[in-house]
Amino acid sequence: MDAFILQILNGLDKGSAYALIALGLTLIFGTLGVVNFAHGALFMLGSFCAVTLQRILTLSYTIEDPSQKDFLGNPLKVDTPYLVSWFGDSTGHAIIEWSVPLAILFAIPVMLLVGYVMERGLIKHFYKRPHADQILVTFGLAIVIQEIIKYFYGANPIPTPAPDMFKGSLDFGIMIGYAKNTIIYPYWRLIYFMFSAVIITAVFAFLRFTTFGMVVRAGMADRETVGLLGINIDKRFTIMFGIAAAVAGLAGVMYAPINSPNYHMGMDFLVLSFVVVVVGGMGSLPGAVLAGFLLGILESFASMNEVKSVIPGIDQIIIYLVAIIILLTRPRGLMGRKGVMEE
Amino acid sequence: MLGLSKKDTSFLLVVIFLTLATPILLQPFPEESALAQFNAGYPDLMQRFAIYGIFAIGFNILFGLTGYLSFGHAAFLGVGSYSVVWMYKLLNYNVLPGLLLAIIMSALFALLIGYISLRRSGIYFSILTLAFAQMSFNLAYSVLTPLTNGETGLQVYTDDPQVLMAAGSPTSPHFFGIVMNESTKIEVGGWQFTFNNGYYFCAIIAVIAFYLSLRIFRSPFGTMLRAIKTNQTRMNYTGLNPRPYTLAAFVISGMYAGLAGGLLASMDPLAGAERMQWTASGEVVLMTILGGAGTLMGPVLGAAFIKYFENIFSKINDNILHTWFSALPDGLEDAVVFVFHPFIGKGWSLTLGLLFMMVVIFLPGGLIEGGTRIKNLITGKNRKSKQLDKDATHHPKPTAHVN
Repeated sequence: MDAFILQILNGLDKGSAYALIALGLTLIFGTLGVVNFAHGALFMLGSFCAVTLQRILTLSYTIEDPSQKDFLGNPLKVDTPYLVSWFGDSTGHAIIEWSVPLAILFAIPVMLLVGYVMERGLIKHFYKRPHADQILVTFGLAIVIQEIIKYFYGANPIPTPAPDMFKGSLDFGIMIGYAKNTIIYPYWRLIYFMFSAVIITAVFAFLRFTTFGMVVRAGMADRETVGLLGINIDKRFTIMFGIAAAVAGLAGVMYAPINSPNYHMGMDFLVLSFVVVVVGGMGSLPGAVLAGFLLGILESFASMNEVKSVIPGIDQIIIYLVAIIILLTRPRGLMGRKGVMEE
Repeated sequence: MLGLSKKDTSFLLVVIFLTLATPILLQPFPEESALAQFNAGYPDLMQRFAIYGIFAIGFNILFGLTGYLSFGHAAFLGVGSYSVVWMYKLLNYNVLPGLLLAIIMSALFALLIGYISLRRSGIYFSILTLAFAQMSFNLAYSVLTPLTNGETGLQVYTDDPQVLMAAGSPTSPHFFGIVMNESTKIEVGGWQFTFNNGYYFCAIIAVIAFYLSLRIFRSPFGTMLRAIKTNQTRMNYTGLNPRPYTLAAFVISGMYAGLAGGLLASMDPLAGAERMQWTASGEVVLMTILGGAGTLMGPVLGAAFIKYFENIFSKINDNILHTWFSALPDGLEDAVVFVFHPFIGKGWSLTLGLLFMMVVIFLPGGLIEGGTRIKNLITGKNRKSKQLDKDATHHPKPTAHVN
């Protein structure tokens, strides 16, 4: 039983990332009808927002410290971040340490802007073109974004640690009456899960309880009629694209401590998130979230040794296998609406 | 000739001539000249032209004719490579049994994947094929290690059975004694031409592959495939079931991919799982679109274009750029080099991505359409193309069944 709970917990953080990316993909597909192959790249951009902020915060100047000597007896050169000299030792280091959470604030405007520019500059021209063209052009865009990141940040993963406060693990087993160290769960993963839950709730609440969200939902149901009512639905959809980009970006920012950002992480996640969207049902927001968590947990169950000894290699293919079965038996996915892209 | 119309025969003859003369045509600059780095007439690159040409021709039979966008063709490439290396390990270095096995295995594999994937169309088809290819890739890396040798890649070891290996037989891939990596070098003036056995082997197979695709394009079967692309619903109403046709197209293109994979292993007796990764599938999509999907020569052009510039761009560095722009004033020279810097050397993928986007946005017909447009511009044949446009309004636009 404890192993069972542990696997559910392990699945949650990956599932959260899938759910957030899939949510953004579905938002874009549901509003604009565009299949966005560059969405993984947006997730990756989010991670690199965290890296960038970390680099900005650690911008340093070098001073010679006469009180310390290096091994040759010359005065030691010490790099001091500007922040430390401005805010004093403890505050400065604390800000640097908290660069990942702070990057959330940095990433939101950046990703909104990226999404806005992307939609206005490129995607806009592809509404009337076949889906195959949309896939191709966004695929090209994903390559371009990925290569630009590789050019500026190099090909190696960049470690982006979480604040020291969250370094340890939570002994979850003790809380529910198991022995010590049976179910331990890293704090940061817990935070990632809670963060994604907050984001998902916020997106749903935004769509459900604001006038803007209501108009967008109406537009998703029947774009033409909403347009005929004199509402500039295109503008709202553009903003939704920005929001979807921001959701993917935030998923990336918070994922940076779990998985050191590298330039191809977007592509790795993209393939899986597409599978998630298809399993959840194209165009269904709750479906995307549900399928994200479900597949994340399934994946972690499949990587248990007990399961692997029965069916070797199952952990590598479980998600694809589920997707294939779902697509063949229930074409519209778990929660897809009838008639949306069923063929 | 060979069941082709007069126009197609001459087209085929031109293609044959170009293929056979490639070692000379791609070597336009003398060895000593500064432009020698643009030569492409060396065996490794020419082999890749031919092999990826075959791959793209096959992909085009599926995507160009039926409009089904597969993101999983690399799986067949990998299967082909593994088959050939296994035949090396079991029999001997003759490539023929391996290539036959590669075609058969990839056909079976394509039949299985196609049978399942073709139940859906559009984006779902793309994702299904992608899922299958990623599954094969992941399995080849992990559980199937006894079969694929995992991360190391499959290769021939000295303790392999090689039952047909005689005392005098070659110890590298050969075709009944014609060793693939042997070449004849001929020096004419400042020029050096390399005629490589492996290239000619690939080239002859590529010409045969091209001929077959030409026949498919002109056959009733090809027309049927185009009908599927144009309007599948209408085809259903006429009482035709499109599934067998698309499945046949899928299997054929899978066989082409398997053959290409087999040839890759025939030139270099190695097979690795990374050939199955979806980036490799993406590459063939790029080639086909860049050249012009649905055209005969387009995919080959696209494959050659990508492989050639991949090679050239990777070789250019800042010093070479500085020599090119040395005529400019110093500050301007540095600025120009600075601007070009991200696009050269390791930045080739960036250039390719941008180029690909440009083609999808402005030239959906690829390089072939670009060529036609330029030709029309020069010869002033605008009237004809305008008439075509008008005609198009009376016909439904071909869509890729994703609506």
